[in-house]
Amino acid sequence: MSATANNTGNENAMATATEKLGTYLEAYGELIADRQERDPVWLRQLREDAWQCFHAKGFPTTHDEDWRFTNLATLAKTPFQRAVKGSVTVSAEQIEKFRVPGAGCRLVFVNGHFAPELSEVCDLPDTLEICSLERTIAKAMEGGEPEGCAPEGIEQHLGRYAHVRRDVFAALNTALWEDGAYLRVHRGAVIERPIHLLYVSAGAGAAIMTHPRTLVVAEPTSHAAVIEDYVSIGDETAFSNAVTELVAGQDAVVSHFLVERENLAAFNVSTLRLELARGTNVSSHSILLGGGLVRNNVHPVLAGEGAECLINGLFVGAGRQHLDNYMLVEHAQPQCSSRQFYNGILDDRARGVFHGRIVVHKDAQKTDAKQTNRNLLLSDDARIDTKPQLEIYADDVKCTHGATIGQIEEEQLFYLRSRGIEETSARNLLLYAFAAECLDRMSDSPAREFVAELIRERLIDLARSHHAATSPAPAKEEAQTWEEVG
Amino acid sequence: MALLEIQDLHASVEGHEILKGLNLTLNAGEVHSIMGPNGSGKSTLAAVLARRETYEVTRGRVLFDGKDLLEMKPEDAACEGVFLAFQYPVEIPGIGNAYFVRSAMNAIRKFHGQEELDAMDFLPLYKERMKILEMDDKLVNRSVNEGFSGGEKKRNEILQMAMLEPKLAILDETDSGLDIDALRIVAKGVNAMRGPDRAFLVITHYQRLLDYITPDFVHVLVDGKIVRSGGPELALELEDKGYGPSEADVPQALPA
Repeated sequence: MSATANNTGNENAMATATEKLGTYLEAYGELIADRQERDPVWLRQLREDAWQCFHAKGFPTTHDEDWRFTNLATLAKTPFQRAVKGSVTVSAEQIEKFRVPGAGCRLVFVNGHFAPELSEVCDLPDTLEICSLERTIAKAMEGGEPEGCAPEGIEQHLGRYAHVRRDVFAALNTALWEDGAYLRVHRGAVIERPIHLLYVSAGAGAAIMTHPRTLVVAEPTSHAAVIEDYVSIGDETAFSNAVTELVAGQDAVVSHFLVERENLAAFNVSTLRLELARGTNVSSHSILLGGGLVRNNVHPVLAGEGAECLINGLFVGAGRQHLDNYMLVEHAQPQCSSRQFYNGILDDRARGVFHGRIVVHKDAQKTDAKQTNRNLLLSDDARIDTKPQLEIYADDVKCTHGATIGQIEEEQLFYLRSRGIEETSARNLLLYAFAAECLDRMSDSPAREFVAELIRERLIDLARSHHAATSPAPAKEEAQTWEEVG
Repeated sequence: MALLEIQDLHASVEGHEILKGLNLTLNAGEVHSIMGPNGSGKSTLAAVLARRETYEVTRGRVLFDGKDLLEMKPEDAACEGVFLAFQYPVEIPGIGNAYFVRSAMNAIRKFHGQEELDAMDFLPLYKERMKILEMDDKLVNRSVNEGFSGGEKKRNEILQMAMLEPKLAILDETDSGLDIDALRIVAKGVNAMRGPDRAFLVITHYQRLLDYITPDFVHVLVDGKIVRSGGPELALELEDKGYGPSEADVPQALPA
């Protein structure tokens, strides 16, 4: 191949990339015009800085070490449009199937815009504030009485943790976000039931993009669990670029669940930035079951002595799904512990990535960090790239990492079969047992039940499609023997 | 009709012939012991009978209850009533013991057109049999064999056997690695299951197990063939003199 041909190719690619940033430039221009009355000065400044960061860098390529295994060319080429508020109507019936049994309340966002008529905030204790970010800010600008939420916490925290200079997707979100949930759990409050944040992508006849923004402030010694849930209605493509900042005050205990179950045409980039104060105990559970191209960024900063963080995840991919998990665990203070456990199951031509980076800063003595990534490949064409990365600047620390890649073990399969369990059921049992390891790390709660049910459904689908592909016989109901394997 | 009839069985693993023309007949109600030196084919015989696919049968036939066992998949053989107590029981993280045994029982019941057992019917039965084997209740919900001691794993095999109630139970060196207390408990579990409708094939290196489980017949397996058969006294003689052929017996299957 000649050098000239290569150069031409690159120039074309560059031209396309810049041209396509145009759709984002247009979206940004519109948004600024729309919001000039409603955004306070600090927010306008935040957006402007973030936009400059995004515009200067554009989308990363596979030459970027953090994106080596994930090609964004298709994402960058697709001319996504801003979702106009109210352009799509979603009915309560359409979202009924996404309900989380036992959840205390639910905020629903359709194509990035708050849908109060679909949301349920019944029985809220007054120690919990939950509302739309956009509404709270707009109300404050109008000078009206705050309804539900006091706006002060937003200015204090929003954009303070997500890193727009390091991460272009966080920058893009910060520039273009239109709405999302704001949660404030008061000091000492114990919120028993999980809070469900449902982000719905609904087909609008064109490829749309949304940039959901979530802010969770858990004040000292509070307890709460939040489920951030991404779903699609219809099978049109959409791009969700979410950023969540979760700030845990001293000794707070918080669980965050990310559930990705969008359609296979969806692009989903989500960035979870956790800030852990002294003595906090924060868990992040990422359950990636849907989406076409998914990037799950989890970035906890253990910023106070003795903080504990659990980073737990499961990704299940089939067809041509691409599921990329990027962990950046920063130990900034002494005596903190972090535990990462990610299990992956990949079938067909699905591809998974686990990039686990642990940074132990100079002052973070007595850090105890552990990382484990286990993967099951169910087909010859499935692929996993797993990469640990330890950067340690302190001298008295304990850091371990390990990764495994394998198939279903024949020994285990034969053992089950030798007891009378039919081969397909035996495979399914082993698959479920592997997937369910993530459930063992969740405390007993409606959130755990909900996730368990989703995993069960996903694996039944997987077994069915596998069965259909490998045998002409109709899929059997064997997979249904999976209640309570544990 | 014999329960198990093995005729001229030849089997190989990865191209190496291990069983070289084995003949054996077991009737219901009998306990047979197979003894023999390392590498003689004892475990291969067990694996072939349990229908392990890595073992290739090149010649001969095996009838189980009048049906062609060699045509069966492992799960079908199990449903027909063949049970193998593994020499090295497999750990299966994430699947609970009780759940596993109940799934197996229900698979077998379904095969025979019987109604499935729910957890309420199953658990009391399971716990009762655990008691016979002096197993801790805590093992009910632990993952299959995970973190079990050697003795616990072997007892767990016998517990599964007690629950699945097979027609033919094959014990593959169940005694190896057991201390005398564990051996006694395992033997108690096996003896409790002896009966006119069930046969046992007890594979062992040592006579010691046969002090506790008295066999009706003892066979000596050397180099893929049964070279001697006799009563329980044969085991004592082997303990004494090793596996070589005795002058008194006809060394029919041994080369001169």
